[in-house]
Amino acid sequence: MSPAFLLLLALGLGLAGWLAARARAWSFRRAAGGQRLAALPAYHAWYVALWVVVPVTLFALIWSAIAPQLVLQSVLASPAAADLPAFGMQRDTILGEARNVATGAAAAVFNPAARGLVEPFREAIGRFDLIGLAVTLLIAFLAGAWSFLRIKPEFAARTRVERGVMALLLLASLVAILTTLGIFASLVFETVRFFGMVGPLDFLFGTHWGPDPMSSAANPDPSRYGALPLFWGTIYIGAVIAMLVAIPLGLMSAIYLTQYADPRARKVLKPALEILAGVPTVVYGYFAALTVAPFVRDLAQAVGIANASSESALAAGLVMGVMIIPFVSSMADDSIAAVPQAMRDGSLAMGATTNETIRRVLVPAALPGIVAGVMLAVSRAIGETMIVVMAAGAAANLSANPLEAMTTVTFQIVAMLTGEGSFDHPSTLSAFALGFVLFLVTLALNFIALRVVKRFREAYE
Amino acid sequence: MSETLAPTRTPAFEKRLRKRYAAERRFRLAGLGAVLFSVAVLVLLLGTMTINGAGGFQRATLKVPVDFTTVALTVPDGLARAAAMRTLEGQGLPDVVRFAADQALGEDGGAQLGADGWRLVAEQVAENPTLLRGTHEFALPANEDLASAFAGDGKVDLQPLARRLAAEGKLTNDFDPGFLTRSDATDPQQVGIWGALKGSMLTMLITLALAFPIGVLAALYLEEYAPKNRWTDVIEVSINNLAAVPSIIFGLLGLAVFLWMFPNMRSAPLIGGMTLALMTMPVIVIAGRNAIKAVPPSIRDGAMALGASPIQVVFHHVLPLALPGILTGTIIGMARALGETAPLLMIGMRAFVATPPDGLTDPATVLPVQIFLWSDEIDRGFVERTSAAIIVLLLFLLVMNGLAIYLRNRFEKKW
Repeated sequence: MSPAFLLLLALGLGLAGWLAARARAWSFRRAAGGQRLAALPAYHAWYVALWVVVPVTLFALIWSAIAPQLVLQSVLASPAAADLPAFGMQRDTILGEARNVATGAAAAVFNPAARGLVEPFREAIGRFDLIGLAVTLLIAFLAGAWSFLRIKPEFAARTRVERGVMALLLLASLVAILTTLGIFASLVFETVRFFGMVGPLDFLFGTHWGPDPMSSAANPDPSRYGALPLFWGTIYIGAVIAMLVAIPLGLMSAIYLTQYADPRARKVLKPALEILAGVPTVVYGYFAALTVAPFVRDLAQAVGIANASSESALAAGLVMGVMIIPFVSSMADDSIAAVPQAMRDGSLAMGATTNETIRRVLVPAALPGIVAGVMLAVSRAIGETMIVVMAAGAAANLSANPLEAMTTVTFQIVAMLTGEGSFDHPSTLSAFALGFVLFLVTLALNFIALRVVKRFREAYE
Repeated sequence: MSETLAPTRTPAFEKRLRKRYAAERRFRLAGLGAVLFSVAVLVLLLGTMTINGAGGFQRATLKVPVDFTTVALTVPDGLARAAAMRTLEGQGLPDVVRFAADQALGEDGGAQLGADGWRLVAEQVAENPTLLRGTHEFALPANEDLASAFAGDGKVDLQPLARRLAAEGKLTNDFDPGFLTRSDATDPQQVGIWGALKGSMLTMLITLALAFPIGVLAALYLEEYAPKNRWTDVIEVSINNLAAVPSIIFGLLGLAVFLWMFPNMRSAPLIGGMTLALMTMPVIVIAGRNAIKAVPPSIRDGAMALGASPIQVVFHHVLPLALPGILTGTIIGMARALGETAPLLMIGMRAFVATPPDGLTDPATVLPVQIFLWSDEIDRGFVERTSAAIIVLLLFLLVMNGLAIYLRNRFEKKW
C-alpha cells in the first residue's frame, strides 16, 4: 500500500469527519432555535477533521517506513527463504526481484531462485496491507468518535482549533532548526568517522591531495589526504580572482546605477543585472568551459606561455566573478542607499563634485555595509560548485599561477561522492570533512557579515 | 561685484576645476563601463548559447523514399499503435527500409542510416496505413558518424559521402521536434530532453508542495506570533544562515539523511525534491516575512477591533493581502531550485536515465544535471544539444521570473 494512498485516505476520512461534525453542530443550532453556539459550526467541523487527519497521517508515515521491513521479516521466516544465500548482493537482488514481481512492477522473475519467493511476498504484502488499512480505520474511527462526542453547543471549538493551528505554525518554524541540526549532525558524524582513519592535522595541513578510492579502506595513507591545496585553490579562485572581477565592477555598477544613470537607463540596465544573477550556475559553468577557458588558453599562448592548459583557475575565477557582480552590486546599492541624504547634500553644498562626494563621503560612510556584502559574496563564491567542476580542473596544485588547473573543495566533494568508492571508504568520507570545513567557513563569514550590517544600520537610524 | 569674485577664479583654480571635472567624467564613464561590461557578458553568453543551440534543435536527416507496392506489408485495422509496430517489424519492415535506403543512397549511404530509422517509418505507417499503397518519402535520422561528418568533423573518410549526399539534397539538417519528446541516449542524434524535463517537473512539484506551506507558516509564526525570546532568535539565526549555506551542503544532507532513510530511492524525484525544498524554504520564509511586514498594522487593528481572534486576523486579513508578495518570492525561489545542479549530483541524479520517470520514486534526472552530463560528452553533436537544452532551461526560468514580475506589478499594493 503506497504512502500516497494512505495520505489520501487520511484526507478522505478527515473530510467525512468534517461533514459529519458540521451537520451535528448545525443540528444543535437548530435544536436551540437558531441560537448561536459557542463556536461557528465550521470550527466544530475543523476540530473533528484535525483529530482525524493528524493521527492518521502520523500513523501513515510511520507505517510506510516500517511495513517493508515487516514484510521482509515475514518472507524471510517462510520456508521458501531457507535456501537463500546468506549475505550480499545476490541475496538482495533475488529478494528485490521477487518483490517487484509480487507488486506487479516486473512481469516475471529472471532468477529461478526468486520464483519460490514471489508467493510468500505477495501473501505478506497482502497481509500487512490489510493490517495497515485496519489500523488506519480504527485510529480514524476512535479519534473521530472521541472528538465527535465532545461537540456540544457550549463547546469552545474555535480555541481548540486555533491552538492546533498555532502548534502547526510553531512546528513549521522549527523545520529550520531541524535542518540546521541535520546538516550539522550529518557532517559532524561522518567527519568524526573520517578523522578516525586520517588524522585531522594530516588533513588540514598536508600538502598532497590524491585519495585513491580503490585502495584498502582499512589502513589509508594519511599523506594522500592533505587538503591544503584544495583550500588554496578555493581561496585563490573564489576569494582572489573572482573578487578582483566582482568587487570593482559590482561597486562601480551600483554607484553608476544609483548616482548617475537616469531613470530610463536604470529601468533597462538593472533588470539586465538581475538576469545575470538568475542564470543557473550550470550554464555559467558551460560558458566557462566552452567559451572563456579556450579564450584564456589562446590568449596565454599568444603572449608566449606555451603550456597553458584549457582548464585554468583564471577561466573559472573570471566567470565566477561575473556571476557575483549582481550580488555585490545589490549589496553595495543597499548600503549606499542607507547613508543619510544629509551627508550627501552637505558634501555637494560645499562644492564637491559628484564623484568626490561618492569617493570621500558616501563610500567611506557605507564601507561597513560594503565590506559585509563582500564577505557574503566570498562565502557564495567559495561554495559555488558547478563552475569549478566544469572549468577549473581536477589537479590539486599549490601554485600561484592563475593559468594552471586548480581544484577546489566543492570540486573534490563532487568527485569523491560521485565516484565508485564505497560509503565506508575514507575517500568518500573525506567529502564530508571537506563539506564540514566549507560549512563552518561560510557560516562564520555570514555570521560576521550580518553582525556588521546590523551594527552599521543601527549607526544611522 | 566682479571684482570681489575675480581673485578666486585664478588660472590655477580654473586648471584645478578642469581637472576635477575631467575626473568626474572619467569616473562616470568607468561606472557606465562597469554596467556595460555586465550587459556585454550577458549578451555574449546568451548569444553563444543561441548560436550553438540553434543547431541543437536540428538533426542530420536522410531522405529515403520507400516503395511499399513491391512488398507485402499489411496492418490489420483497429490495431493499437505499439501492436501495429510489432506486426510491421515481424513482417520485415526493418529490411524493407534498409533495402530502400541502399537503393536511394547507395550501399555506402544506406549503411549510415540510424539503426532505429525503421521505427519512425513504422510509427508513421501505423498512424496512416494508406501509406502502404504507394511510395512515400521518409525523413530518417542519419547515424552519429555521418552526422558529424556532415558537420565537418568526425571520420575523414565519411566526409566525401556526406558532401555527395548533401549535394544530391538527400542529406539535410532538419528541425527535430523529437528533441522535446525523447529522452537521454548515447547517440547525440537520438537524444531528447523530455525525460529530464519531466524529472525536473516532478522534482519541482515535491519542492513546492513541501517548501511553500512550511515556508509560509514559518513566516507567519515569526512575523505575527513569535514571542521575543531566545528560541525565536535561534530560529531566525538558523533561517538566515540556511539561506546562505552553499547548495552543495544541502546535497550532503540529502545524501546522509534522506538516502539513509530511503536507501533504494537513489536519484528519485522525491529525494531531490525534498533536498531542494530544504534549500528553498528559507528563501520563501524571508520573502514571506517581508511581504507580511508590508501589510499595515491598521488592518490588524481593524480586524482585532471587530472581534477577530489572532488566528482569524492573520488568516482572514493579513495572509490574503501578503499573498502576492509571498508568491513572488516563492516563484523566485523555485526558479533558483530549478536551475540547481550540485545538490542533485550528490543524491545520485547523475545516472544515465533513458526513460522518462513514471512516478516520484523512479530514477530520474533533471534538466540542469542533463546539461552537465551532456557537457562532459566529447562528441561535437552534444555541444549543440547541450546549448539547446540550456535554451529550454533559460526559457523556463524566463517564464517563471516573468510571472513573478507580473504578479508583483499586478497585485502588490503600496500602502
